Parts: sequence; structure tokens; C-alpha cells
Amino acid sequence: MSRPAKTTQGAFSVEALNMTMRFGDFTALDDVSIRIAAGSFHALLGENGAGKSTIVKAIMGFYRATSGTVLVAGREVEMTDPKVAQGLGLGMVYQHFTLVPSLTAAENLVISRADAPAVINWKAERARLEAFLARMPFSVPLDQPVNRLAAGEKQKLEILKQLYLGHRFLILDEPTSVLTPAEADEVLGHVRALTSAGELTVLMITHKFREVTAFADDLTVLRRGKRVGGGRVADLTPADMAAMMMGEAPGPSTRQRAATTGKVVLQLDGVRAMDRSGLKPIAIDGVSLRSGEILGVAGVSGNGQMELMEILTGQRHISGGKIILNGAPYSATRTEAKQHKVRYLPEEPLRNACAPRMSVAENLAFRSFDENGGERPAFWKDSAAIARNATALISAFNVKTSSPAARISSLSGGNVQRAVLARELTGDVEVLIVSNPCFGLDFSAVATIRDRLVEARNRGVAILLISEDLDEIMELSDRIIVMSEGHIAYETPIATANVAEIGHYMAGHA
Amino acid sequence: MTNVADPLAQRSRTTGLSVIVPRSEAVLIPLAALLAGSLAFSLFLLLVGKSPLTFFGLVWTAGFSTAFSWQNTLSQVSPLLFAALCVALPARLGLVVIGGEGAIVLGGLAAAVAGAVVAGWPPALALGLMALAAMACGGGWIATVGALRIKRGVNETIASLLMAYIAIALFNHLVEGPFRDPASLNKPSTLPLTESLRVGEMPLIAAHWGVLVGILACIACWVLIERTTLGFAARIAGDNLRAAQVQGLPVGRLVIGFTALGGAFAGLGGFFEVAAVHGSANASLIAGYGYTGILVAFLARHNPLAIIPVAILLGGFAASSGLIQRRMDLPDATILVFQGMIFVAILLSETAYGRFRIFTATYWEGR
Repeated sequence: MSRPAKTTQGAFSVEALNMTMRFGDFTALDDVSIRIAAGSFHALLGENGAGKSTIVKAIMGFYRATSGTVLVAGREVEMTDPKVAQGLGLGMVYQHFTLVPSLTAAENLVISRADAPAVINWKAERARLEAFLARMPFSVPLDQPVNRLAAGEKQKLEILKQLYLGHRFLILDEPTSVLTPAEADEVLGHVRALTSAGELTVLMITHKFREVTAFADDLTVLRRGKRVGGGRVADLTPADMAAMMMGEAPGPSTRQRAATTGKVVLQLDGVRAMDRSGLKPIAIDGVSLRSGEILGVAGVSGNGQMELMEILTGQRHISGGKIILNGAPYSATRTEAKQHKVRYLPEEPLRNACAPRMSVAENLAFRSFDENGGERPAFWKDSAAIARNATALISAFNVKTSSPAARISSLSGGNVQRAVLARELTGDVEVLIVSNPCFGLDFSAVATIRDRLVEARNRGVAILLISEDLDEIMELSDRIIVMSEGHIAYETPIATANVAEIGHYMAGHA
Repeated sequence: MTNVADPLAQRSRTTGLSVIVPRSEAVLIPLAALLAGSLAFSLFLLLVGKSPLTFFGLVWTAGFSTAFSWQNTLSQVSPLLFAALCVALPARLGLVVIGGEGAIVLGGLAAAVAGAVVAGWPPALALGLMALAAMACGGGWIATVGALRIKRGVNETIASLLMAYIAIALFNHLVEGPFRDPASLNKPSTLPLTESLRVGEMPLIAAHWGVLVGILACIACWVLIERTTLGFAARIAGDNLRAAQVQGLPVGRLVIGFTALGGAFAGLGGFFEVAAVHGSANASLIAGYGYTGILVAFLARHNPLAIIPVAILLGGFAASSGLIQRRMDLPDATILVFQGMIFVAILLSETAYGRFRIFTATYWEGR
């Protein structure tokens, strides 16, 4: 049997065996094997950071795995370079579009070819494209500029592009995240038809159980870099999948929790806004946060949590409703935040909460630099106070920096997060709004940060914890709400919280 | 807890070179860029068959060698200082505003028109009102750029550049039309200012008061940025807008305030050009100071104190233009080529910061 060449018609199998990938001390993939049979539709499930992208990138030759083998159509292949993978007929469709918006579909297809000639004979190309599309089960308007196509059409074009390039094994990386459910069904239905016809083999990364049950044949679940389950989709229920994806339900937190019953401080009712794309509405109703509790907001990435954070920080315009804080409307100005003692811990602190080119000392002073004990903000900057504040916070929160004058961007992720935590948790705090506080941090940093949050809760701080890590939510929360498709789908106290049920609502089975 | 980083212990270890060398990065890199630009320009001169040595010798002679040449140089400095502030202040908020020329010409026009209105008034009051009119016009003009950015997301660089063209067109229309002095025949001008409303020269130094006011303005801006909470808030917003929003800082007001202040200084520069140099508003006011000011601000890395020496240096280059034209038989655009090459070198050098390990404190520790 010869190597599958680009011209090969029909699907072929791909196997990744015993793949391990280490980045320094961090093991992103630990002895994971996936077998994707020729002509099958295989789903790859897992939370953020489970290693889904890592294994896919290793298969496509973007990474060289530390150990492990890739077999294409049963033959071992050295995936040294993405070009090797493409040469063998492996292609990838990304979450976001890679088309040139101002060019037509036809132009996008022709220029995507590596062998596109310098001078293109459009008449001949056109004829070839028509012939190609005639063989395909679905089509797109060829002469419209891509920016006039709907998202679903664009994603279909992305898939057509891969087929046009002769790729017969496709990796779809969350292909429906920017599509409406109807568009998603249509696109995946066509893909499914191609695999059933034996034209194509597909590996799809997804969060959505609904798509897995409706379209996939087989399933692999990753968690923390390990394969934790899989099998034939027909044999599994969404609850099984959720259980595999979320892992064993962690026991309630072992941290000391003071019994606190506080008054309601923050309320969101009838809050309406648009999401990042400007297409999907965000509707937050019936959220109330009490002092001395951690309210966990669970949800699969991209279901409106980022927008909720932006609403609460005053970065996103709300078209309806009000944020009520201690009985008064709140619009997140500095004066209001100071008056109500509201603090924020956004995700990716270096990107969202720090000025990277300013020093550690200056970054630590963002809350206090204009305070002088009086009502009005101070006019003169007190450099001595900034230095004192920095020295105190650096040692109290164990921030490791070469000097307070070092740029904050020179610190490691865990130390940036500790610095921001130091700044936001120091002083009189009543409300703390936190988003994914432990993203990308190592084990010890995660432990300190969670300890600090519980400690603040025990002091009576009201904490809203938005997190995509369900373990974190289960470990820290007193109460849990689930966000799905931009609204609150479910609420439960921790005592009755059940991972499978939460997973069910997270996956949009409301 | 032995691994706790104690900042005090760290500080006592960092001595001498590990403190000085990292700080010198901000000076050495622009100097290297200046040198690189000069070398590239020397190649250009060699290509057109002229001697770079003669060129730089003439720049020295005409710009800096004698009291007379210093007078020449300083006469160029005042508008450069003000124009550079119009770039450096918005730059602290991360805005690249390049339309200071518009604020200068409108400020100059406003000063000339106000001067005609208040001609009989006590000079001190009248001059104050003229300066105020100039600052209001320039400030309003550039604040519009800031407001467009904040309210409508319009790119401030393009908006300021295009608004500079509008300002010049408006200036020409008004000077050649409604505000034209009928006596100005060949060169349309506004009514000349009465002698009492002319800003004179400073004692001892043969330069008008605009130079001193410009230097004081630079110092005041440095204090504003480095020593006040407003400047601190502006630096946060300029470095990371999202972080500033999460801190609840009034980003919109900061942007409009800093652009207005920058524009007001450019307008004040126009006032001095009219009241101290030309005596009326006419086409001589459109001399490209606003654009040279961009170069000054970038060379000074938007540090208002550094603007002072850089403005003097570039003022010297501009002052030597005439001599170079006569002695070397080169067109007066030669200086523009020189400035352009320095500017490209400066922009390229922006990528060099943080690249050299020699500028890190750790490199020098334990040596």
C-alpha cells in the first residue's frame, strides 16, 4: 500500500499513539492515544486546558511531541512540519475564519492552493471549481465577497476549501462556536454526510454534547492531559460524557469555612446587553450576591461569562436593567467602586488588570494612588507612599520580583496574579468580582490564590467567582449558578450541587 | 520561609552600574538612533556627491558655534517646544496625534484676530486675552480629535492629520477673506498687531519670551505626568486601557483633557509666532513646525523634559538650513531628508527596547 497522496479519493484513518508532550516541567499530554477510523466522525471533548489543542497540534505537526507516534492510513509518519501533514491530506478548520473577507469564495479557494499560478486563468479555474462543487453535497455562492456571507456559509466554505485542497482528514476546532444552532446543524450535517459516504474522516474538538450525540460516531475525552474515557457515542449518555469531562466530583472544600449569613449586596435583574459578536443577546436575571459567600458562575467558555465580567466592570454598555449595589444603582465608576468597596480580579491579569510597561510598585498602587484620606481624590502623587505600599504588599503576598521597580511584565504569571490579588484584596473590601483567577497558573499559585479567596469570604467579603473550571467552582462556592447561551440556566446551593446535572445545564440542555 | 524576596535586601545589593545602566537605556537608544540616522543621511550625501563632513561642520557653525548662531537656533525653538508637547501629552494616553500644525495655525490666527479686537486695551491684559484665545482655539481643535476617538472610535492619527489640512484651509480662507488687512497686497495677512502688543526679546538672550514660556510649559507637563495623580492615571490608561477601565478611571475625560491641553500648548506656540515673530497672521505661520514637533517628541520619547534639549538640537538643524543651501548648493529640502531619516531610525529603534541584556539590572548584579 502506498502512502496516501493528495490525489487519493476517499477517507483514511489517523492514529496518534502514546502521545506525550511536555513544556518544561508542565505535562500537557500524558500518554494519550486516539484512533480515528477511516470515514468516521470522532469527537474530542474536554475542558479548557485538558490538552485538546495540544494533541491536535502534535498531529498536525505544529508541535513535535516529546514521545509518541502518528500513523496515517496505518503507516508511521514523522510529523515534523505542518507541510508534511498537509502533504498527506490532513487539514484543519479553526474556530475563527481564515478567509480573506474582501475576496469572493472562488478567489479564496483558488488562492489557497499552494500551487496557485502567478497569473490565474479564471475561465479554466472557474470551470474546475464548478466541476468540484458539483461533486460536493453542499455549495456556497462563488461570486459573493466572503464578508457578505453568513457565518454558517463561511464555515461551509472553510470546509470546502479543505476538500478542494485535497485534504481527506479534517480536524475541526470548535467549528460551531460562532454559528447559530441551526447553522451548526446544517454545517455538521453536511460533514456527517461526507464521512458516511466514506469521503472524509473528521476529528472535531467541541464543548457541546448535543453536537456529539447528534453527529459523532466515536468519542475521546481528555482531562488534565490524560485520556479519561471514550468509546462509541451510541453507548454513552450526555450524563456519562459530563461525568468523564468533569472528573470525579471533588468533595466539598477542606478549607475552613466560617458560617456566614450576610445581607444581599449585589443584585442583577433584567440586565440586557449584546455579546462580543454583537449578535447574541446577554440576559442576566435574578442574580443576587450576599456578603460572606462565594457565588460561583459556571459555564462553558463563550456563554456570556466574559460579557458578564465586562458588564460588572463598566466596560460593556447595558441596554436594559440595572446593577444594584447596596440598594443603589451602580455603574462601576472609580468613585462608586471606592464608596461600595468593590474590587475586581479579571482573568489574564497582565492583559486586563495591569499596565505591563509600568513597574510592580506602580501597578500595586492602582487602587491607592489617589487616596489621601479625604473625600476628593488627591492631586499630588505620593511616591513615598507608593513605595511603602509596594514593600508591604510584596512581602505580605509573597510576590517574587527582582525589585519593586521591575516592570510587572517581567514577573511570572503566578506572581502577576499574586500582585493583583494583593492590590485588590488590601484595604476595606466588601465585594470582589473574580474571573478565572487560576488560568494557566501552577499548582502552588493556584492553592494560595484559592486560600486567599476563602479567607476573604470568611472575613465577610461577597465574592462573585466566574470560572470555566468546574472543579474550582465546586471547591470554592457556597452557591452555584450556571450560564448558558448568555443567560442564567440553573442555580443550586453547594449542598445539592451535582456535577452531572451542572454539566447538563452547561451543555445547553435546559 | 527562606525564599521570600525581601525588596529591602535586594535594594542594598543593587548598587552602581546595576542602577545606572538600565536607566541609561532610555538615553542611549535614541542617541544610537540619531547616529544611525546621521550615518544613513551621510550615505545619501555621498550619493549626491557632497561631503558629509562639510554638512555637519556647517550645521555646527550655523546652529551652535557663536552667539549669533545660537540666536538663530533659539528663534526656531519656541514653536518646536509647543508642537512637541502637543504630541507628547496625548502620547501618554497611547494616542499618536500628529496634527499639531493645525492647532498652531488656528492659535496664531485667533491671537491675531483677538489682537485686533483688544488693540487699545492695557497690553498685559490684551496679551493675556490673545494667548487665551489662541489656547482655546488650539485646545478645542485637538480635543475634538480626542473626543472623536473616545466617542466614535475614530483613529486619532488620521483624524488629527486630516484636521490639520482643514485647519490650514480654514486659515487661508479667513486670512485671504474676512480677516484680511486690505493693505496687505502681495501677501494676504491679518491686521498687523500694534507695537504695544508685540512680544519682545528676553534680556541677555537674544530670543523672544516664547522660548522661556515653552521651557516652563515642558517642566510643568513633566510635573503633571510624573508627580500628579492625573498623570499617573493617564499613564495607566495609556499603557492598558482595559486595566484603566477596570479601575474605574475616567478614561474619556483623561483623553479629552490631555488632548485639549496638548492642543492648547500648540495654540500658544502659534500665539508667540504671531505676537513675537510675524506681527500678524499670514502664510509664514504654516512653516511645518507642527510636523518637526512630532520628530522632537518621538526623539524625546514623549518625556517633556527631554523635549527641551531635543528641540534645541532640531532648532539648530533648521537654523542651518539657509547656510547649507548657500554653501553646499543643496536644496533646502535637504534638512527635511535628514529629519526624515532620523525619524525612521527613531521609529525602528522602538523595537530595540528590552532587547539588550546589557540594560537589565540582573546583568550587572554581582559584578
